[in-house]
Order: sequence, then C-alpha cells, then structure tokens
Amino acid sequence: MARPLYAEGELPRYARHIALREIGGPGQARMKRASVLVVGAGGLGAPVLMYLAAAGVGRITVIDDDTVSLSNLQRQVIHAQDRLGMDKVTSASISLAGINPFVAVTPVRARLDAGTAPATVAGHDLAIDATDNLPTRHLLNAACVEARVPLLSGAISQWEGQVTVYDPARGAPCLSCVFPTIPPDDLVPSCAAAGVMGALPGIVGSMMAAEAIKLLTGAGRSLRGRLLMQDILWGEGREIAVRRRPDCPVCAAIEEETA
Amino acid sequence: MASVNVLYFAWLRERIDTPRERIETSATTVGDLVAELVARSDRHAAAFADPASVRVALDQELVDFAAPLAGVAEVAFFPPMTGG
Repeated sequence: MARPLYAEGELPRYARHIALREIGGPGQARMKRASVLVVGAGGLGAPVLMYLAAAGVGRITVIDDDTVSLSNLQRQVIHAQDRLGMDKVTSASISLAGINPFVAVTPVRARLDAGTAPATVAGHDLAIDATDNLPTRHLLNAACVEARVPLLSGAISQWEGQVTVYDPARGAPCLSCVFPTIPPDDLVPSCAAAGVMGALPGIVGSMMAAEAIKLLTGAGRSLRGRLLMQDILWGEGREIAVRRRPDCPVCAAIEEETA
Repeated sequence: MASVNVLYFAWLRERIDTPRERIETSATTVGDLVAELVARSDRHAAAFADPASVRVALDQELVDFAAPLAGVAEVAFFPPMTGG
C-alpha cells in the first residue's frame, strides 16, 4: 500500500489553503509533494522559509554560510536573541520545526559557488534567490537555467524591492537577460553599508512566499516576464515587462517547453 | 520638445534625491535623454556614472538605451538590487 501523503493529524492545519478555490486539495497536495531550495536565510529568507513551512511545502533545503549576529535581528525574524552566533541554517531549522514539524528541512551550512550550485539545485521543483550579493545571484541563475528549474528572485535595497520569476525554459527571461552586467561594488551598497528598513524584507519576502505558493499550486498568473518594483519610502511601484534576449550568453540555447 | 515623466529607483533615486521628475526633452532615444540628464546636475551625473549598470523601461517595458522616445509618456531607470 502506498504511504499516505500526509502524516496523522497534519491535514487540518492546511484547512484555510484547501478552502481557497485556487489551491484546494489538489494544490495542497502539490505543495506537499514539492521540493524547494531557498538560498539565503537572512532578511528575505526569513518570511519565505516561515510561510512556506507553514504552508506545508514537503521538502525545503536552506543554504547559507553565515551565523546569527545582533544586527540581523532588526529584520531577520526567523532568528532569535538566544541563537546569536549559531549557524543561520540551524537557527532557521529550529524555527521551522516549531512552526510545522511535518516539513522535511535540510539545512546546508555552505556558501553557494559555481562548483556546488548545479548539485545544490538538482532535484528541486523551485529555487528561491534570497541572497545578498550579485555574484551569487548570477551563479544560482546559471545553475537554474541549465537545470531548467524556475528561479523566484527577490532583492532589496534600503526602502525598495524587486521580485520576478526567471524561467527561460518556460518563456521568461533569465537574470542575465534583464541585468547582464554586475555593477561595481561602490555603486551597489550592501545592507550593512547602506542600511535597510526592517519591515522591507518582510514585505518583499512575503510577496516571494505568495508567488512560490502560486507557482507550486498553479494558482493565478505568475510573475514570469514581469518584474515588480516597489519603493516603500515614496509609495511608487511599477510592473516592468521583461523578455528573453535571443543573444543572452547564459540562456540563449535553452529551448522552451511547448504548452 | 516633448514632456516625459522620468522615474528613478534604488541608488539612482538616492543620488538624484527625487523619485520622479517631469522633463522637457528633444532627445530621440534613451541614450540621448541620459546625456541630457547627465548635463543637468552633478547629482544626475553621479547617478549615471556607470550607464551599463542602469536598466530602462519605456512605458513599463524593458528596452535598450538605443530605443526611440517618440510617443513615450514614462521613462523608468533602475539598477539591479542586491540585498537579501
């Protein structure tokens, strides 16, 4: 007899998702069977990980090489005062187990590099970019393009955020199509140098978590081909149409699935 | 002369110190418009110091700097964001 999808007593916690017409029992089952990679357990990773665990995504791999420091706690709400100095992936796993013990969380304390990225991405239905630097974003993008895994990407800067889905195998551009060059470091200050408003990763990361739930369940219209930009300080927001570049050095050879 | 709404995001907005401005321009392409903006003030020049790092959308569609401005109502400049 096949092993049941849900553990004893697990299903009632998903009642509010199952009640949604766009998710329902079939969408919930797709989330339970899904495997998601989250790169970065910091500001954006916090809400992404917490909401996806709460939603009952079956397997979550979280990779980060950092430890919890005091200045993280202003915004990285998955971590806590009594875990200062702990590996972020360990601290995140503790929080996720507390939210939903039925999720299989695999913590990986490492920094993604070009050598390990393909094996790290392999076997996941969705990768989520919650990292804090462009070189890592680009090598994760290259690995996802090659593996034909959709890459849900979010990024923040001071009071602003960007969210989109890079997915050349399904008609959307890759990161290099939209942002082909990595600007010099002095143009793109880090959170540490430039500051970041504490609730911002909560806003942008929650948009990412919602988009992940849509992608995994098939609900609604995805952000493929649409880059959302939100400026919280001035209340400006824009949706920019983005498309594949035929001469993109990263994804030009990727053939699109036929619908 | 045409009048366009120019929007700035992230470190462009921070350097120019406004999220948007209305610009009277005779520029025919985005590249020409950037040259005009750079000449406006040191703040604009600093924002466009490395044009290769800046992306542009005309009426909310990503284009190249060679794209024509004819008939365009809104020009949005934005860089990649990095933080997480």
